[in-house]
Amino acid sequence: MQSLGIDVLFKGTNMIRLLKGLWVSVEISLISVAISIVLGLIAGVLMTSKSKLIRFIFRVYLEIVRIMPQMVLLFIVYFGTTRVFGMNISAELSAIIVFVFWGTAEMGDLVRGSIQSIPKIQYDSAYALGMDKFKVHFLIIFPQTIRRLLPLSINLVTRMVKTTSLVMMIGIVEVLKVAQQIIEANRKASPNAAFGVFAVVFFLYFIVCWPISRLAVKLEKRWA
Amino acid sequence: MKKNYLTKIGTLLTATALFGATLAGCGSAKTETADLNSTAANIEEGDAAETDTVYRTLDEIKESGTINIGVFSDKSPFGYVDENGEYAGYDVYFAEKIGEDLGVKINYVSTEAANRIEYLQTGKVDIILANFTVTEERAQEVDFALPYMNVALGVVSPSDSVVESLDAVGADDQIIVISGTTAETYLEKNYPDIKLQKYDAYAEAKTAFENGNGVAWANDNTEVIAFSLENEGYTVGIPSLGDADTIAPAVTKGNDTLLTWLNEEIETIGEDNFFHKDYEETLLDTYGADYENTLVVEGGKVQ
Repeated sequence: MQSLGIDVLFKGTNMIRLLKGLWVSVEISLISVAISIVLGLIAGVLMTSKSKLIRFIFRVYLEIVRIMPQMVLLFIVYFGTTRVFGMNISAELSAIIVFVFWGTAEMGDLVRGSIQSIPKIQYDSAYALGMDKFKVHFLIIFPQTIRRLLPLSINLVTRMVKTTSLVMMIGIVEVLKVAQQIIEANRKASPNAAFGVFAVVFFLYFIVCWPISRLAVKLEKRWA
Repeated sequence: MKKNYLTKIGTLLTATALFGATLAGCGSAKTETADLNSTAANIEEGDAAETDTVYRTLDEIKESGTINIGVFSDKSPFGYVDENGEYAGYDVYFAEKIGEDLGVKINYVSTEAANRIEYLQTGKVDIILANFTVTEERAQEVDFALPYMNVALGVVSPSDSVVESLDAVGADDQIIVISGTTAETYLEKNYPDIKLQKYDAYAEAKTAFENGNGVAWANDNTEVIAFSLENEGYTVGIPSLGDADTIAPAVTKGNDTLLTWLNEEIETIGEDNFFHKDYEETLLDTYGADYENTLVVEGGKVQ
Protein backbone atom coordinates (compact mmCIF):
# COMPACT_ATOMS: atom_id res chain seq x y z
CA MET A 1 0.00 0.00 0.00
CA GLN A 2 1.21 3.45 -0.80
CA SER A 3 1.84 5.53 2.26
CA LEU A 4 -0.41 8.50 2.71
CA GLY A 5 2.48 10.46 4.09
CA ILE A 6 1.09 10.98 7.57
CA ASP A 7 4.29 9.35 8.86
CA VAL A 8 6.28 12.51 8.01
CA LEU A 9 4.46 14.19 10.89
CA PHE A 10 6.17 11.86 13.32
CA LYS A 11 9.65 12.81 12.15
CA GLY A 12 11.54 15.01 14.60
CA THR A 13 9.43 17.77 16.06
CA ASN A 14 7.09 18.08 13.07
CA MET A 15 3.88 17.39 14.95
CA ILE A 16 4.75 19.82 17.73
CA ARG A 17 5.57 22.47 15.13
CA LEU A 18 2.23 21.90 13.46
CA LEU A 19 0.39 22.28 16.77
CA LYS A 20 2.38 25.40 17.59
CA GLY A 21 1.35 26.75 14.19
CA LEU A 22 -2.24 25.95 15.04
CA TRP A 23 -1.90 27.86 18.29
CA VAL A 24 -0.59 30.90 16.36
CA SER A 25 -3.72 30.80 14.18
CA VAL A 26 -6.03 30.34 17.15
CA GLU A 27 -4.32 33.05 19.19
CA ILE A 28 -4.58 35.66 16.45
CA SER A 29 -8.20 34.83 15.78
CA LEU A 30 -9.21 34.73 19.46
CA ILE A 31 -7.72 38.15 20.22
CA SER A 32 -9.19 39.62 17.05
CA VAL A 33 -12.60 38.13 17.72
CA ALA A 34 -12.71 39.45 21.29
CA ILE A 35 -11.86 43.00 20.20
CA SER A 36 -14.13 42.79 17.14
CA ILE A 37 -17.13 41.83 19.24
CA VAL A 38 -16.74 44.80 21.54
CA LEU A 39 -16.09 47.30 18.74
CA GLY A 40 -18.68 45.63 16.53
CA LEU A 41 -21.40 46.18 19.14
CA ILE A 42 -20.59 49.89 19.21
CA ALA A 43 -20.34 50.08 15.41
CA GLY A 44 -23.62 48.23 15.03
CA VAL A 45 -25.47 50.64 17.28
CA LEU A 46 -24.01 53.56 15.35
CA MET A 47 -25.10 51.95 12.08
CA THR A 48 -28.69 52.27 13.21
CA SER A 49 -28.17 55.96 13.99
CA LYS A 50 -30.76 58.41 12.77
CA SER A 51 -28.05 60.63 11.28
CA LYS A 52 -27.69 60.07 7.57
CA LEU A 53 -24.04 61.10 7.66
CA ILE A 54 -23.09 58.50 10.28
CA ARG A 55 -24.96 55.80 8.43
CA PHE A 56 -23.23 56.82 5.22
CA ILE A 57 -19.77 56.72 6.79
CA PHE A 58 -20.36 53.25 8.17
CA ARG A 59 -21.80 52.13 4.86
CA VAL A 60 -18.58 53.21 3.15
CA TYR A 61 -16.49 51.49 5.84
CA LEU A 62 -18.43 48.25 5.48
CA GLU A 63 -18.18 48.31 1.70
CA ILE A 64 -14.44 48.93 1.84
CA VAL A 65 -13.97 45.95 4.11
CA ARG A 66 -16.13 43.78 1.90
CA ILE A 67 -14.52 44.83 -1.38
CA MET A 68 -10.91 44.84 -0.24
CA PRO A 69 -9.35 41.37 -0.02
CA GLN A 70 -7.92 40.70 3.44
CA MET A 71 -4.56 40.02 1.82
CA VAL A 72 -4.40 43.58 0.49
CA LEU A 73 -5.31 44.92 3.92
CA LEU A 74 -2.50 42.87 5.47
CA PHE A 75 0.01 44.28 3.00
CA ILE A 76 -1.23 47.81 3.57
CA VAL A 77 -0.98 47.57 7.34
CA TYR A 78 2.29 45.63 7.52
CA PHE A 79 4.28 47.16 4.66
CA GLY A 80 2.24 50.28 3.87
CA THR A 81 2.54 51.86 7.30
CA THR A 82 6.30 51.46 7.20
CA ARG A 83 6.52 53.01 3.74
CA VAL A 84 4.21 55.93 4.38
CA PHE A 85 4.65 56.73 8.07
CA GLY A 86 7.89 54.91 8.86
CA MET A 87 6.11 53.01 11.61
CA ASN A 88 7.19 49.45 12.29
CA ILE A 89 4.21 47.39 13.34
CA SER A 90 5.00 43.77 14.16
CA ALA A 91 3.50 41.14 11.89
CA GLU A 92 1.30 39.75 14.66
CA LEU A 93 -0.08 43.18 15.56
CA SER A 94 -0.68 43.95 11.88
CA ALA A 95 -2.65 40.75 11.53
CA ILE A 96 -4.74 41.59 14.58
CA ILE A 97 -5.39 45.13 13.32
CA VAL A 98 -6.58 43.81 9.97
CA PHE A 99 -8.77 41.14 11.48
CA VAL A 100 -10.29 43.64 13.91
CA PHE A 101 -10.87 46.13 11.08
CA TRP A 102 -12.64 43.40 9.15
CA GLY A 103 -14.39 41.80 12.15
CA THR A 104 -15.73 45.10 13.46
CA ALA A 105 -17.38 45.91 10.14
CA GLU A 106 -18.92 42.47 9.70
CA MET A 107 -19.92 42.26 13.34
CA GLY A 108 -21.35 45.77 13.21
CA ASP A 109 -23.50 44.81 10.26
CA LEU A 110 -24.77 41.75 12.12
CA VAL A 111 -25.59 43.91 15.14
CA ARG A 112 -27.38 46.40 12.90
CA GLY A 113 -29.41 43.61 11.31
CA SER A 114 -30.31 42.18 14.69
CA ILE A 115 -31.37 45.52 16.12
CA GLN A 116 -33.47 46.29 13.09
CA SER A 117 -35.09 42.89 13.22
CA ILE A 118 -36.63 43.68 16.61
CA PRO A 119 -40.28 44.53 15.84
CA LYS A 120 -41.28 48.13 16.38
CA ILE A 121 -44.00 46.99 18.75
CA GLN A 122 -41.32 46.11 21.31
CA TYR A 123 -40.26 49.76 21.48
CA ASP A 124 -43.86 51.00 21.52
CA SER A 125 -44.87 48.63 24.29
CA ALA A 126 -41.85 49.53 26.40
CA TYR A 127 -42.50 53.25 26.00
CA ALA A 128 -46.14 52.64 26.82
CA LEU A 129 -45.02 51.09 30.10
CA GLY A 130 -43.38 54.39 30.94
CA MET A 131 -39.73 53.38 30.42
CA ASP A 132 -37.23 56.00 29.35
CA LYS A 133 -35.00 55.65 26.30
CA PHE A 134 -32.12 54.17 28.27
CA LYS A 135 -34.25 51.50 29.87
CA VAL A 136 -35.94 50.61 26.61
CA HIS A 137 -32.62 49.99 24.93
CA PHE A 138 -30.78 48.23 27.70
CA LEU A 139 -33.60 46.21 29.21
CA ILE A 140 -35.78 45.42 26.22
CA ILE A 141 -33.96 45.76 22.92
CA PHE A 142 -30.37 44.72 23.68
CA PRO A 143 -31.14 41.40 25.39
CA GLN A 144 -33.23 40.38 22.40
CA THR A 145 -30.60 41.62 19.98
CA ILE A 146 -27.86 39.61 21.60
CA ARG A 147 -29.88 36.43 21.41
CA ARG A 148 -30.33 36.86 17.71
CA LEU A 149 -26.74 37.89 17.33
CA LEU A 150 -24.94 34.97 18.93
CA PRO A 151 -25.44 32.32 16.27
CA LEU A 152 -24.58 34.80 13.54
CA SER A 153 -21.44 36.07 15.19
CA ILE A 154 -20.16 32.56 15.86
CA ASN A 155 -20.38 31.97 12.16
CA LEU A 156 -18.12 34.98 11.71
CA VAL A 157 -15.67 33.61 14.27
CA THR A 158 -15.18 30.35 12.38
CA ARG A 159 -14.65 32.32 9.17
CA MET A 160 -11.98 34.38 10.91
CA VAL A 161 -10.18 31.28 12.17
CA LYS A 162 -9.99 29.96 8.63
CA THR A 163 -8.89 33.26 7.13
CA THR A 164 -5.83 33.41 9.42
CA SER A 165 -4.08 31.24 6.82
CA LEU A 166 -3.40 34.51 4.95
CA VAL A 167 -1.03 35.81 7.61
CA MET A 168 1.77 33.70 6.12
CA MET A 169 2.05 36.47 3.53
CA ILE A 170 3.47 38.80 6.17
CA GLY A 171 5.89 36.23 7.51
CA ILE A 172 3.88 34.69 10.32
CA VAL A 173 4.38 30.94 10.36
CA GLU A 174 0.97 29.50 11.15
CA VAL A 175 -0.45 26.01 10.80
CA LEU A 176 -0.83 25.97 7.02
CA LYS A 177 2.66 27.35 6.46
CA VAL A 178 4.14 24.72 8.77
CA ALA A 179 2.25 22.10 6.77
CA GLN A 180 3.75 23.39 3.52
CA GLN A 181 7.20 23.43 5.09
CA ILE A 182 6.85 19.83 6.19
CA ILE A 183 5.57 18.71 2.79
CA GLU A 184 8.37 20.47 0.92
CA ALA A 185 11.11 19.27 3.24
CA ASN A 186 10.01 15.69 2.53
CA ARG A 187 9.31 16.11 -1.17
CA LYS A 188 11.83 13.47 -2.14
CA ALA A 189 11.44 11.02 0.72
CA SER A 190 7.64 10.91 0.65
CA PRO A 191 6.11 12.59 -2.40
CA ASN A 192 2.60 11.77 -1.20
CA ALA A 193 3.02 13.66 2.05
CA ALA A 194 0.80 16.49 0.76
CA PHE A 195 -2.29 14.34 1.08
CA GLY A 196 -1.64 13.12 4.61
CA VAL A 197 -0.39 16.41 5.98
CA PHE A 198 -3.24 18.46 4.53
CA ALA A 199 -5.70 15.87 5.84
CA VAL A 200 -4.28 16.43 9.31
CA VAL A 201 -4.48 20.21 8.86
CA PHE A 202 -8.11 19.82 7.79
CA PHE A 203 -8.74 17.82 10.94
CA LEU A 204 -7.01 20.46 13.11
CA TYR A 205 -9.14 23.28 11.66
CA PHE A 206 -12.12 21.02 12.19
CA ILE A 207 -11.46 20.43 15.88
CA VAL A 208 -11.07 24.19 16.38
CA CYS A 209 -14.16 25.24 14.43
CA TRP A 210 -16.50 22.36 15.17
CA PRO A 211 -17.04 23.04 18.90
CA ILE A 212 -17.71 26.67 18.05
CA SER A 213 -20.29 25.66 15.45
CA ARG A 214 -21.89 23.21 17.87
CA LEU A 215 -22.18 25.96 20.41
CA ALA A 216 -23.96 28.10 17.84
CA VAL A 217 -26.47 25.37 17.11
CA LYS A 218 -27.09 24.85 20.80
CA LEU A 219 -27.61 28.53 21.51
CA GLU A 220 -29.86 28.85 18.50
CA LYS A 221 -32.08 26.06 19.79
CA ARG A 222 -32.27 27.50 23.24
CA TRP A 223 -32.85 31.12 22.36
CA ALA A 224 -34.38 31.40 18.97
CA MET B 1 -29.23 66.02 25.74
CA LYS B 2 -25.99 65.18 27.44
CA LYS B 3 -26.04 61.61 26.15
CA ASN B 4 -26.65 62.85 22.66
CA TYR B 5 -23.51 64.95 22.81
CA LEU B 6 -21.47 62.00 23.91
CA THR B 7 -22.74 59.85 21.07
CA LYS B 8 -21.98 62.62 18.65
CA ILE B 9 -18.44 63.08 19.87
CA GLY B 10 -17.96 59.34 19.83
CA THR B 11 -19.20 59.07 16.29
CA LEU B 12 -17.08 61.96 15.16
CA LEU B 13 -13.97 60.34 16.58
CA THR B 14 -14.73 56.97 15.04
CA ALA B 15 -15.58 58.61 11.75
CA THR B 16 -12.34 60.59 11.63
CA ALA B 17 -10.33 57.54 12.52
CA LEU B 18 -12.05 55.52 9.84
CA PHE B 19 -11.63 58.22 7.25
CA GLY B 20 -7.99 58.56 8.10
CA ALA B 21 -7.56 54.83 7.81
CA THR B 22 -9.37 54.83 4.48
CA LEU B 23 -7.23 57.60 3.06
CA ALA B 24 -4.05 55.97 4.26
CA GLY B 25 -5.32 52.72 2.83
CA CYS B 26 -6.01 54.22 -0.57
CA GLY B 27 -2.70 55.99 -0.58
CA SER B 28 -0.65 52.89 -0.03
CA ALA B 29 -2.87 50.86 -2.28
CA LYS B 30 -1.94 53.28 -5.03
CA THR B 31 1.77 52.97 -4.42
CA GLU B 32 1.35 49.20 -4.50
CA THR B 33 -0.21 49.25 -7.94
CA ALA B 34 2.24 51.84 -9.15
CA ASP B 35 4.97 49.45 -8.06
CA LEU B 36 3.78 46.85 -10.46
CA ASN B 37 3.28 49.10 -13.43
CA SER B 38 5.52 52.07 -13.55
CA THR B 39 9.21 52.11 -12.96
CA ALA B 40 9.29 55.89 -12.57
CA ALA B 41 7.19 55.58 -9.44
CA ASN B 42 9.53 52.91 -8.17
CA ILE B 43 12.56 55.09 -8.40
CA GLU B 44 10.69 57.79 -6.52
CA GLU B 45 9.81 55.28 -3.84
CA GLY B 46 13.42 54.27 -3.64
CA ASP B 47 14.53 57.86 -3.19
CA ALA B 48 12.00 58.43 -0.46
CA ALA B 49 13.27 55.32 1.27
CA GLU B 50 16.81 56.58 1.02
CA THR B 51 16.10 59.84 2.79
CA ASP B 52 14.29 57.98 5.54
CA THR B 53 16.96 55.26 5.55
CA VAL B 54 14.61 52.42 6.23
CA TYR B 55 17.55 50.04 6.10
CA ARG B 56 20.19 49.35 8.72
CA THR B 57 23.82 49.93 7.90
CA LEU B 58 26.50 47.33 8.50
CA ASP B 59 27.51 48.97 11.77
CA GLU B 60 23.94 49.18 12.99
CA ILE B 61 23.46 45.49 12.31
CA LYS B 62 26.68 44.58 14.11
CA GLU B 63 25.72 46.77 17.04
CA SER B 64 22.29 45.22 17.39
CA GLY B 65 23.82 41.74 17.37
CA THR B 66 21.13 40.29 15.10
CA ILE B 67 20.70 40.25 11.36
CA ASN B 68 17.31 39.68 9.74
CA ILE B 69 17.58 37.44 6.72
CA GLY B 70 14.58 36.62 4.55
CA VAL B 71 14.61 33.06 3.22
CA PHE B 72 12.09 30.65 1.79
CA SER B 73 10.81 28.18 4.32
CA ASP B 74 9.20 25.80 1.85
CA LYS B 75 11.45 25.62 -1.19
CA SER B 76 13.50 22.49 -0.71
CA PRO B 77 16.45 22.18 -1.28
CA PHE B 78 17.17 25.95 -1.37
CA GLY B 79 15.43 27.18 1.72
CA TYR B 80 13.27 24.96 3.89
CA VAL B 81 12.69 23.91 7.47
CA ASP B 82 13.86 20.45 8.46
CA GLU B 83 12.05 18.05 10.75
CA ASN B 84 13.62 19.62 13.82
CA GLY B 85 12.28 23.04 12.96
CA GLU B 86 15.68 24.33 11.82
CA TYR B 87 16.12 26.29 8.63
CA ALA B 88 18.26 24.49 6.05
CA GLY B 89 19.15 24.48 2.36
CA TYR B 90 21.57 26.05 -0.11
CA ASP B 91 20.52 29.63 0.68
CA VAL B 92 20.44 29.02 4.43
CA TYR B 93 23.91 27.43 4.43
CA PHE B 94 25.21 30.70 3.00
CA ALA B 95 23.14 32.73 5.46
CA GLU B 96 24.72 30.82 8.34
CA LYS B 97 28.16 31.75 7.00
CA ILE B 98 27.16 35.41 6.80
CA GLY B 99 25.99 35.35 10.41
CA GLU B 100 29.17 33.64 11.52
CA ASP B 101 31.48 36.07 9.72
CA LEU B 102 29.55 39.12 10.88
CA GLY B 103 29.55 37.77 14.40
CA VAL B 104 25.81 38.24 14.82
CA LYS B 105 22.82 36.04 15.46
CA ILE B 106 20.47 35.33 12.58
CA ASN B 107 16.76 35.96 12.70
CA TYR B 108 15.21 34.07 9.78
CA VAL B 109 12.09 35.58 8.27
CA SER B 110 9.91 33.28 6.22
CA THR B 111 9.24 35.04 2.91
CA GLU B 112 7.10 34.28 -0.11
CA ALA B 113 8.06 34.91 -3.73
CA ALA B 114 5.54 37.76 -3.90
CA ASN B 115 6.71 39.75 -0.87
CA ARG B 116 10.52 39.64 -1.13
CA ILE B 117 10.86 43.16 -2.56
CA GLU B 118 8.41 44.62 -0.03
CA TYR B 119 10.45 43.18 2.81
CA LEU B 120 13.60 44.91 1.59
CA GLN B 121 11.96 48.20 0.68
CA THR B 122 10.47 48.53 4.15
CA GLY B 123 13.69 47.45 5.84
CA LYS B 124 11.95 44.61 7.62
CA VAL B 125 14.78 42.32 6.58
CA ASP B 126 18.43 43.24 5.97
CA ILE B 127 19.18 40.64 3.31
CA ILE B 128 17.00 38.48 1.10
CA LEU B 129 18.50 35.09 0.37
CA ALA B 130 15.48 33.44 -1.16
CA ASN B 131 16.48 32.00 -4.51
CA PHE B 132 16.21 35.54 -5.84
CA THR B 133 16.84 35.66 -9.60
CA VAL B 134 18.52 38.84 -10.76
CA THR B 135 16.41 40.72 -13.32
CA GLU B 136 16.56 44.27 -14.61
CA GLU B 137 13.14 45.13 -13.20
CA ARG B 138 14.10 43.92 -9.74
CA ALA B 139 17.49 45.65 -9.86
CA GLN B 140 15.63 48.96 -10.06
CA GLU B 141 13.96 48.26 -6.73
CA VAL B 142 16.64 46.48 -4.73
CA ASP B 143 20.43 46.19 -4.84
CA PHE B 144 21.80 42.81 -5.81
CA ALA B 145 25.16 41.60 -4.53
CA LEU B 146 27.41 39.25 -6.50
CA PRO B 147 25.69 36.07 -7.70
CA TYR B 148 26.14 32.68 -6.06
CA MET B 149 24.15 30.45 -8.37
CA ASN B 150 23.19 30.05 -12.03
CA VAL B 151 19.76 29.44 -13.39
CA ALA B 152 18.97 28.78 -16.99
CA LEU B 153 16.59 26.70 -19.02
CA GLY B 154 17.16 23.03 -19.56
CA VAL B 155 15.79 20.42 -21.94
CA VAL B 156 15.22 16.82 -20.91
CA SER B 157 14.46 13.99 -23.32
CA PRO B 158 14.23 10.17 -23.28
CA SER B 159 17.67 8.56 -23.07
CA ASP B 160 17.23 6.58 -26.31
CA SER B 161 16.78 9.73 -28.42
CA VAL B 162 18.44 12.56 -26.60
CA VAL B 163 17.83 16.07 -27.92
CA GLU B 164 21.18 17.82 -27.61
CA SER B 165 20.51 20.85 -29.71
CA LEU B 166 17.30 22.65 -30.48
CA ASP B 167 18.38 23.08 -34.09
CA ALA B 168 18.14 19.30 -34.44
CA VAL B 169 14.45 19.22 -33.55
CA GLY B 170 12.50 17.88 -36.52
CA ALA B 171 9.69 19.78 -38.22
CA ASP B 172 7.02 17.45 -36.87
CA ASP B 173 8.47 17.04 -33.39
CA GLN B 174 6.89 18.81 -30.48
CA ILE B 175 8.45 20.15 -27.31
CA ILE B 176 6.51 20.23 -24.08
CA VAL B 177 6.44 23.44 -22.03
CA ILE B 178 4.41 24.74 -19.12
CA SER B 179 2.40 27.87 -19.96
CA GLY B 180 3.64 31.08 -18.43
CA THR B 181 7.17 29.87 -17.75
CA THR B 182 10.33 31.46 -19.06
CA ALA B 183 10.85 28.34 -21.19
CA GLU B 184 7.71 29.12 -23.17
CA THR B 185 8.66 32.75 -23.77
CA TYR B 186 12.21 31.88 -24.71
CA LEU B 187 11.31 29.18 -27.22
CA GLU B 188 8.57 31.24 -28.83
CA LYS B 189 10.94 34.13 -29.28
CA ASN B 190 14.09 32.33 -30.36
CA TYR B 191 12.79 29.17 -32.02
CA PRO B 192 9.47 30.20 -33.58
CA ASP B 193 9.54 27.17 -35.89
CA ILE B 194 9.51 24.59 -33.14
CA LYS B 195 6.04 23.34 -32.32
CA LEU B 196 5.20 23.66 -28.64
CA GLN B 197 2.81 21.59 -26.64
CA LYS B 198 1.61 23.70 -23.73
CA TYR B 199 0.29 22.50 -20.43
CA ASP B 200 -1.02 24.53 -17.53
CA ALA B 201 0.34 22.53 -14.65
CA TYR B 202 3.56 20.75 -13.84
CA ALA B 203 1.78 17.44 -13.26
CA GLU B 204 0.06 17.54 -16.66
CA ALA B 205 3.27 18.36 -18.49
CA LYS B 206 5.03 15.56 -16.65
CA THR B 207 2.39 12.98 -17.55
CA ALA B 208 2.34 14.10 -21.18
CA PHE B 209 6.12 13.87 -21.38
CA GLU B 210 6.17 10.41 -19.78
CA ASN B 211 3.55 9.27 -22.28
CA GLY B 212 5.81 10.35 -25.11
CA ASN B 213 3.58 13.18 -26.41
CA GLY B 214 6.65 15.28 -27.14
CA VAL B 215 10.28 14.63 -28.00
CA ALA B 216 11.54 16.76 -25.15
CA TRP B 217 10.50 18.89 -22.22
CA ALA B 218 11.87 22.40 -21.63
CA ASN B 219 11.75 23.98 -18.18
CA ASP B 220 14.03 25.60 -15.58
CA ASN B 221 17.22 23.56 -15.59
CA THR B 222 16.97 22.77 -11.88
CA GLU B 223 13.53 21.25 -12.55
CA VAL B 224 14.58 19.11 -15.52
CA ILE B 225 17.77 17.95 -13.80
CA ALA B 226 15.82 16.88 -10.74
CA PHE B 227 13.32 15.12 -13.03
CA SER B 228 15.98 13.18 -14.91
CA LEU B 229 17.57 12.05 -11.66
CA GLU B 230 14.29 10.98 -10.09
CA ASN B 231 13.03 9.15 -13.15
CA GLU B 232 14.93 6.39 -14.94
CA GLY B 233 15.49 6.58 -18.68
CA TYR B 234 15.65 10.33 -19.16
CA THR B 235 18.66 12.49 -19.94
CA VAL B 236 19.16 16.21 -19.79
CA GLY B 237 20.52 16.81 -23.29
CA ILE B 238 20.73 20.57 -22.90
CA PRO B 239 21.52 21.50 -19.29
CA SER B 240 21.87 25.23 -19.85
CA LEU B 241 20.01 27.14 -22.51
CA GLY B 242 19.14 30.72 -23.26
CA ASP B 243 19.86 33.78 -21.21
CA ALA B 244 21.81 32.60 -18.22
CA ASP B 245 20.30 34.24 -15.19
CA THR B 246 21.89 34.30 -11.80
CA ILE B 247 20.72 34.12 -8.24
CA ALA B 248 22.14 36.65 -5.82
CA PRO B 249 21.58 38.07 -2.36
CA ALA B 250 19.68 41.37 -2.32
CA VAL B 251 19.72 44.30 0.08
CA THR B 252 17.61 47.43 0.37
CA LYS B 253 18.38 49.93 -2.39
CA GLY B 254 21.11 52.27 -1.20
CA ASN B 255 22.40 50.10 1.64
CA ASP B 256 25.96 50.40 0.34
CA THR B 257 27.84 49.39 3.48
CA LEU B 258 26.06 46.06 3.69
CA LEU B 259 26.29 45.54 -0.08
CA THR B 260 30.05 46.14 -0.12
CA TRP B 261 30.56 43.81 2.80
CA LEU B 262 28.48 41.09 1.11
CA ASN B 263 30.42 41.40 -2.15
CA GLU B 264 33.73 41.15 -0.32
CA GLU B 265 32.42 38.21 1.66
CA ILE B 266 31.36 36.35 -1.48
CA GLU B 267 34.77 36.95 -3.06
CA THR B 268 36.67 35.92 0.07
CA ILE B 269 34.79 32.72 0.77
CA GLY B 270 34.93 31.94 -2.95
CA GLU B 271 38.67 31.46 -2.55
CA ASP B 272 37.97 28.48 -0.30
CA ASN B 273 35.36 27.17 -2.74
CA PHE B 274 32.64 27.82 -0.19
CA PHE B 275 29.73 27.49 -2.60
CA HIS B 276 30.98 24.18 -3.93
CA LYS B 277 30.96 22.94 -0.37
CA ASP B 278 27.51 24.43 0.04
CA TYR B 279 26.36 22.54 -3.08
CA GLU B 280 27.81 19.30 -1.82
CA GLU B 281 26.11 19.70 1.55
CA THR B 282 22.69 20.74 0.33
CA LEU B 283 22.06 20.21 -3.37
CA LEU B 284 24.06 17.07 -4.15
CA ASP B 285 21.20 14.75 -3.19
CA THR B 286 18.82 16.43 -5.58
CA TYR B 287 21.00 17.38 -8.54
CA GLY B 288 23.95 15.01 -8.38
CA ALA B 289 27.64 15.81 -8.84
CA ASP B 290 27.42 16.26 -12.63
CA TYR B 291 25.73 19.62 -12.44
CA GLU B 292 27.83 21.17 -9.70
CA ASN B 293 29.73 23.44 -12.06
CA THR B 294 26.63 24.25 -14.11
CA LEU B 295 24.75 25.53 -11.10
CA VAL B 296 27.33 26.95 -8.70
CA VAL B 297 28.80 30.42 -9.12
CA GLU B 298 31.98 30.74 -7.04
CA GLY B 299 33.36 34.06 -5.84
CA GLY B 300 30.70 35.99 -7.74
CA LYS B 301 32.29 35.21 -11.10
CA VAL B 302 29.98 33.78 -13.72
CA GLN B 303 31.84 31.59 -16.18
